[in-house]
Amino acid sequence: MSTFNVQQYRADFPNLRISVHAKPLVYLDNAATTLKPRCVIDAMNAYYVTGVANVHRGVHFLSEQATAAFEYSRQVVRQFLHAKKVDEIIFTKGATEALNLLAQSYGRHFLKKGDEIIISYMEHHSNIVPWQMLCEQVGCVLKVIPINEKGEIIQEEYLKLLSDKTKIVSIVWVSNSLGTVNPIKSMIEAAHQQGAVFIVDASQAVTHDAIDVQDLNCDFLVFSGHKIYGPTGVGVLYGKEALLEAMPPYQGGGDMIKSVTFAKTTYNVLPYKFEAGTPPIAEVIGLRSALEYTQTVGWEDMKAYKQELLEYGTQKLLSIKGIHIIGTAKHKTSILSFVVDGIHPHDLGTLVDQEGVAIRTGHHCTQPVMEFFKIPATARASLAFYNTKEEIDILASALIKARDIFQK
Amino acid sequence: MREELYQQTILEHNRSPRNFKKLEGATHVAEGYNPLCGDHLWIYMKVNPSNVIEEVAFEGTGCAISKASASMMTSSLKGKTVLEAKALFGEFHELVLGNLKPDTQPNHLEKLAVFSGIWQYPSRVKCAILSWHTMNGALDQKKSISTE
Repeated sequence: MSTFNVQQYRADFPNLRISVHAKPLVYLDNAATTLKPRCVIDAMNAYYVTGVANVHRGVHFLSEQATAAFEYSRQVVRQFLHAKKVDEIIFTKGATEALNLLAQSYGRHFLKKGDEIIISYMEHHSNIVPWQMLCEQVGCVLKVIPINEKGEIIQEEYLKLLSDKTKIVSIVWVSNSLGTVNPIKSMIEAAHQQGAVFIVDASQAVTHDAIDVQDLNCDFLVFSGHKIYGPTGVGVLYGKEALLEAMPPYQGGGDMIKSVTFAKTTYNVLPYKFEAGTPPIAEVIGLRSALEYTQTVGWEDMKAYKQELLEYGTQKLLSIKGIHIIGTAKHKTSILSFVVDGIHPHDLGTLVDQEGVAIRTGHHCTQPVMEFFKIPATARASLAFYNTKEEIDILASALIKARDIFQK
Repeated sequence: MREELYQQTILEHNRSPRNFKKLEGATHVAEGYNPLCGDHLWIYMKVNPSNVIEEVAFEGTGCAISKASASMMTSSLKGKTVLEAKALFGEFHELVLGNLKPDTQPNHLEKLAVFSGIWQYPSRVKCAILSWHTMNGALDQKKSISTE
C-alpha cells in the first residue's frame, strides 16, 4: 500500500469539488485533458489582473515584466525536458501544431520524392494526417509499423521497415487509446543507425514519467500543455538546435523576423523564428506553473501511485462479466480502454455520466486502432495521480448498473 | 433532473430492431455515417409510383439510441407518402432539438415521442437523428449522408 497522500493533492484541484447530476464528479478523462491545479489558475489570473502586456515589444514596465515571465517559462520547460539550450524550446499552440510545423518546415524542406516516413499503427490522427499531407506535397511514402493483439508495436517489423530511404520516424511514446508505453529509446537508436530523424509524440508520456531529451537522444519531441495540468492553447516543440537552425520558418508574421523590407526579409534567431505573432502569453505562464507543480509532487511517487491505480482498475474491470480490456501491453500507463458485451461505448458513456463519472467514448482519434481490433469505439477511463481507488469502485458500480439496464 | 434517456421502448427496439435487414429491390438506398461515434447504417426503401413508401428497412451498427431510432422510424414510415415522411422528419427534427413539445403541441409523432427528452443530452441528438437524415437523403437520391 502506497503512502501517497492523494487527498492532499486533490485539494489542489478546485474542479474536483463539483457535482455532476447531483453526484460528486469522478473525473476519469485525463487522457483527453487534465484538470488544473489552483496554482496554474492563479498564475494565469495574475497575468490578466495585474500584468497584461505584449511580449518582446514594449519598453514599458509591464511589457518587460511579461517578457521576463514568458522567457522564464521557456527556462522551466528546458529544465523539465532536460534540453541543452532554451533556444531548443519552441512554444506552439499544442502537440498537433508542433507536428504540423515539423511536417511543413522540416519535411517539406528536406524530403523528396521516394523518401520514406515511418509511423506506427497506434498513432493519434495528429501524427498521421500531417505526414499524409506532406506525402501528397512532395511525393514521399508513409510506412506504418503494425501492432500485435496486445497493442504493442511489433519491433521486428519496425526494423524491417527501416532503411536508408527512411528520413523521418515519428512515434507516440505512450498510446492515448491503448495505454501502451513504447520502447522509445531503442527505437530512436535504430532510426539513427539508418540516418533518420526521430520525432517523439510525448502527449501522453508527459504525465507518465520524467523526460530527458538528451538521454533519449530524440531529434524532436512534442507535447501539449493541457495534458499536464496546464492550460489549453499552448504546447511545446523541442528540437535539436542544429536541426531547428537548418529549418525554414513555418509561419510568417511579427516576432519571427529580424528586418522586413519589400525587397528582402530576414528571419529572427531561434526560438523566435518559429513563433510568429503574439504568443499565448497567459497560457505559457500557466504551463510554467503546471510543470513546477509536477516537480513538487515528484515523478517517482506519482508514477508508482498511478501504476497501483492501473493494477487496481484492471482487476476491478476484469471482475465484471462481459468487460474486455483493449490494450494489454506489458508496459502500460494508467489508461484503461474497454468494451462491454452488448452495450455500445456511447451508451455506456451516457449511463456512467448519470452517476457523475466522466469517461471518454469513441475512437479517441485513433481510427486505425479501432479498425485493428474490429470495434467501432471503446470506453476509456484514464487515471491521473489525483484519482482514487474509491473512484474506480464508483466507475465499476456504474458499469454494472449500465449492464443491468441493458439486460432488463 | 434530466428525463431518463434509456426508456423501455428504446431498450426493447435496441434488443429487437424491426425491419433490420437488407431490402432487395429497394428503389431508394442511402448510407449514413457519423464519423465522431462510428454509427454506421444503411436505409432501404421501396417507393411505389404513387409515391407511397411500401417497405422500409435498415441495417448497420451503432449505439442503442441510433439503432432504436432507426427501428422505430422504419415502423412509423411504412405506408406513408414521401411528403408525409418528409413532414414527419421535420417534426422529429424539432422534437430532438427540444423545440416541439409533444404533450402540448399538435404532431404526428405517436410512439416517436419517446425521444422527447433527448435534447437534454446534446451529444446524443446526432445518434437519434442519423437514420432520419439518411432516410431523407435516400428520398433525395443522395447516396451518402454524414452527420457530426
